[in-house]
Amino acid sequence: MTAMDAAERTAGTVRLRIVMPHQLRALARVTGEVAVEAAAPVTVRTALDALEAAHPALVGTIRKRDTGQRRAMIRIYAAGEDLSNAPVDTLLPAIVTSGHEPLQLVGAIAGG
Amino acid sequence: MSAVRVLVGTRKGAFILTAEGRRESWDVAGPLFGGWEIYHVNGSPADPDRLYASQSNGWFGQVIQRSDDGGASWEPVGNDFAYEGEPGTHLYYDGSSRPWKFTRVWNLAPAADDPDTVYAGVQDAALFRTTDGGHTWHELAGVRGHDSAARWAPGAGGLCLHTILTNPQDPARMLVAISSAGVLSTTDAGASWALATKGLRSDFLPEPEAEIGHCVHKLASHPSRPDVVFMQKHWDVMRSDDGGGSWREISGNLPSDFGFAVDVHAHEPDTVYVVPITSDELHYPPDGRLRVYRSRAGGDDWEPLTEGLPQTDCYVNVLRDAMAVDRMDPCGVYVGTTGGQVYVSPDAGDHWTPIVRDLPAVLSVEVQTLP
Repeated sequence: MTAMDAAERTAGTVRLRIVMPHQLRALARVTGEVAVEAAAPVTVRTALDALEAAHPALVGTIRKRDTGQRRAMIRIYAAGEDLSNAPVDTLLPAIVTSGHEPLQLVGAIAGG
Repeated sequence: MSAVRVLVGTRKGAFILTAEGRRESWDVAGPLFGGWEIYHVNGSPADPDRLYASQSNGWFGQVIQRSDDGGASWEPVGNDFAYEGEPGTHLYYDGSSRPWKFTRVWNLAPAADDPDTVYAGVQDAALFRTTDGGHTWHELAGVRGHDSAARWAPGAGGLCLHTILTNPQDPARMLVAISSAGVLSTTDAGASWALATKGLRSDFLPEPEAEIGHCVHKLASHPSRPDVVFMQKHWDVMRSDDGGGSWREISGNLPSDFGFAVDVHAHEPDTVYVVPITSDELHYPPDGRLRVYRSRAGGDDWEPLTEGLPQTDCYVNVLRDAMAVDRMDPCGVYVGTTGGQVYVSPDAGDHWTPIVRDLPAVLSVEVQTLP
């Protein structure tokens, strides 16, 4: 992490781009990427908190209502890195928090 | 009464079928919530424009949708179905004990007198209620708190509370059915519950007449006579004349008394409909013929209804919530199949015609009769 990255990730709010599966976009009534504001530094948890705050219809669809855990068939990627099983307080990489790349929520391929 | 609105839940979305009173020319709207499993769509008896839909899938869990304009537009409402207190455990298929775990809403039963009050039957078996139009849901924990609950075990579809039979004459009385625990009744608006399984016999149980373990598939009653309840069980069609206090078999001359759906004619409380299915291993109609059976005698004596239904090479199923009646005169009867057909009979079952033939597998059918 460079000094500049660190500064970006600890000051103010950042604007995150998030890509979601079609069905979550439909539920949130958005098309394409969504952009949400989140307080720096942004973690996996706070990014999803910000997404749910902006789109309450998504509450419970990405993380389970009762445990707060990621649903088994949703994967989370940032800058090509699979953060699905990373601790939820893992910081998102600068390339995502700077808005250069989106955080990606991907539905597992499971047939049906 | 001049129109009907048929609310269809399928494996891949919801559809709304509408027709004028003759029920000849149909408009098909949908899919709504495409790609999601829609276990149930139901309308409020107090306000037919108020609809609720249970939307779920394995990726994203449970969503409840609400419409205030008869299905033209929808809004997601509350999906927090949290069990009261420590959930405890129930038996699993292998005899082990597992914690209660919410999976989905099987059935939505809007109250007769208030569009904002809705009961929800869920898996793992519990009863919830909203009084604010679906925004918040609270468990009526007396069901799951019954002394026998730790010994309940799931049926093939899961440990689901799939039927909520409200009593239009006395809102404090209610029956719920759970696969494969049985039936419970309340007379105090859900504060306390008692088993209502006397007379049920299930030969797959070590004790066939045990209090619990009966795989009840569906209950139905006529609004004018709520103490008479009809049941399609895993095997056996049953009848109670005392609000579930005791049951007797009325399978009579049915070709198979296995099946899922049961319903009652809108104007004739002793006219009952079932759809016989071959067996628990063969979930399709006997002899490849889709036959709805009607009894005009409250059971025992059944006649096949075949006119317009496929009588060769038909191997679809009719699931527990996939039969409904309208309140027109003559009464219309509706059946949805796992092959995606929704059939209507505008003359109480004498003649049938498909409204649609190629929907995703139909999970549920409800009908609203509109002024």
